[in-house]
Amino acid sequence: MKVRPWRRLRASSRAVALLLLTLLVAPLTLWLASSPASAADTLCLPDDKSACLAGTIRSEEDVVPDAELTVTGPKGFEESVTTSETGKWNVKVTELGAYTVTLDEESLGDDLEALDTVGKTNVAKFKTTRAVVIEVRTTNYSGETSWIEYFTKSAISGLRLGLLLALASVGLSLIYGTTGLSNFAHAEQVTMGGLLGYAVINLGGLNLWLGGLIVVIICGFTGWLQDRVMWQPLRRRGLGLIQLMIVTIGLSLALQYVFQYFVGARSVRVVKENPETFNIGFVELTYQSVAAMLISIVVLGGVGYALLYTRIGRATRAVADNPALAASSGIDVDKVIRLVWTASAALAGLSGILYALVTGNIKWDSGMQILLLLFAAVTLGGLGTAFGALVGSIIIGLVIELAPVAHVPGDFKYAAAMLILILVLMFRPQGLLGRAERVG
Amino acid sequence: MDTVINILNSMAREAIAPQTAAVAIAVIGLNVHFGFTGLLNMGQAGYMLVGAYGFAISVREGAPLPVAILIGLAASVVLSLVLGLPTLKLRGDYLAIVTISAAEIIRFIGRQPLLENVTGAAQGIPGGDYRVPFQDLSFLGAGQTSFGPWNYFNTGVNGWWVRVVAWGVVFLGVLIVWLLARSPWGRLLKGIREDEDAIRSLGKNVFAIKMQALIIGGMFGALAGMIYVLPSSVQPDSMGRQLTFFCWTAILLGGAATIFGPVLGAVLFYATRIFIKGFANATVPDSIMNTQQTEQFSWIVVGVALMLLVIFRPQGILGKKRELQFNV
Repeated sequence: MKVRPWRRLRASSRAVALLLLTLLVAPLTLWLASSPASAADTLCLPDDKSACLAGTIRSEEDVVPDAELTVTGPKGFEESVTTSETGKWNVKVTELGAYTVTLDEESLGDDLEALDTVGKTNVAKFKTTRAVVIEVRTTNYSGETSWIEYFTKSAISGLRLGLLLALASVGLSLIYGTTGLSNFAHAEQVTMGGLLGYAVINLGGLNLWLGGLIVVIICGFTGWLQDRVMWQPLRRRGLGLIQLMIVTIGLSLALQYVFQYFVGARSVRVVKENPETFNIGFVELTYQSVAAMLISIVVLGGVGYALLYTRIGRATRAVADNPALAASSGIDVDKVIRLVWTASAALAGLSGILYALVTGNIKWDSGMQILLLLFAAVTLGGLGTAFGALVGSIIIGLVIELAPVAHVPGDFKYAAAMLILILVLMFRPQGLLGRAERVG
Repeated sequence: MDTVINILNSMAREAIAPQTAAVAIAVIGLNVHFGFTGLLNMGQAGYMLVGAYGFAISVREGAPLPVAILIGLAASVVLSLVLGLPTLKLRGDYLAIVTISAAEIIRFIGRQPLLENVTGAAQGIPGGDYRVPFQDLSFLGAGQTSFGPWNYFNTGVNGWWVRVVAWGVVFLGVLIVWLLARSPWGRLLKGIREDEDAIRSLGKNVFAIKMQALIIGGMFGALAGMIYVLPSSVQPDSMGRQLTFFCWTAILLGGAATIFGPVLGAVLFYATRIFIKGFANATVPDSIMNTQQTEQFSWIVVGVALMLLVIFRPQGILGKKRELQFNV
């Protein structure tokens, strides 16, 4: 896209090497005292001569600990088991055949009842784990939720997901717009926000608001630093966009394992308490998710205002439009790009900590799981257009959460996002808000 | 001294493991995509998964071995068409976004509990369900053969038979790519990589040629998936995005657009990772880095190595720098 002179080649190589070295040594030197949590539940590991029966007893509200179950099976097999803290149970069996699991309803307490106390399964082979489902409800649970209620609830979660995606995808789109780079490591910036939230607020014991602010500032700084020591020198070096994209993939891989190195593969929470809820009509909401939505709207509004009406925002749009022209009209392109990296990383960090608060947990690959949604959103809206990313994110969020309402099962909702992506590329490759141009 | 020998032995074992061979085949396919044609396929693991599912499910349902292999390959062709039709006319990074998404979608669908009877959901399809016809073909007989650090059963689940076949396929793959690359069609591929418009102005159908390259590379991916699962089981999560990234590291390490680069890259990649892990385990005390962390540390090194390779030696070990300065 841009031809850059080869000046400062040596200095830039050194800076890159230094950064990468830091990344490598970081785990050694910064080793935190956080050891991975020990597993609370006993595991059942089936081997060549045994199989496992397992399940989780939960009501529509929470898991049910200390429920008593009896497992009966072939050759007079009978074993009693009690669910753990997390409502989990498992039994190891050494005979193939049909097994029956019976829940002792007395052990549930007064406010819970089982829909059906008996669960059946057939163990056909060894070395497998069979899940047995026994559903439990609270006694005041009304099983009938109306379609409109389901729809409203899903629409609200869709909007919430869309806003959180928008925070991250606006940055992704701006980076693409100003530098032409598809940043695969952007998702790791989101994870970083959530995990830093865990470190600062949960472990560090800081106030949520103050902690959140610190996290966003740290994330913004990582964006600044990345551009300072890596992306800018590499741009100066004239490394092609494809090569740069592969560099972001390497960075994404390295960061994922840096997260795993420190936090482990478990899920962590930003705040220790369960969020408080309140009701508007029939819709139950947590204060945190309302706050998250409000914060996203305010921040996105701010970004939109800055892009449209401030000097630096106009400069950013000018660079996104045509960097050479922007440079020749006196705009400091490198400064704009630096700002874009900083702001994008800060926004992604904010998205990450809000995502962790709203969904209740975050782990090393949480960001990776939404990367696909981010790309779908950015492409749908039009690669490189900030407002397109916003529109695209909201649409993707709504599609994902509303898909189950339209009886699309489970993870197929992600396939729906993929379908949108493919349809957009086939019929409107420039996206909803992109300008029609020949792109190939 | 013992530790050194142990590390060297496990490196040697990892180097000829069937899964290393499988990744080498996947990288050969990726080389057709990226090295020769300049297509950014970020979903090679998706091709592997599709091939593995097609193969394993057909064998389980009673299809004969050749038919099962053809079904696996056909599944990858369908995937290529679905991915290629909307994206091959667009700029290169669109293909990257779509392939990485598609690979994840395939994995998500494979994990779907609804499909437990077909794909085995997250548990996957156990190897015993599809391995038998392949093992029955073995002419190595029973017993065990030892050779240097390598000591395996002749035919067993993860023995010499699967190794011989896997590396045989690698050899065939290298041969095919060598023949393709020096054919007029291969020159067209390189032409498209260097300058698509130039080839178009010669009256060639660039879209069709790119599609052919995508299909051929994808078929290598599917074949790699089948070999990848033979000694283990079809686990959707073992063929996720990570595996695609390993393929990319391997191709950039060995050298894209070369004939032997993919094989060299794959072998070096796996052997080196074992070395880093073993070395860190042996030298860094447990109080600083425990065994699990050395595993993660080795992956961090892989990520950083990928970055360094692209920045400082994009042509890898065997490649020519001139050939890799293209842009899309």
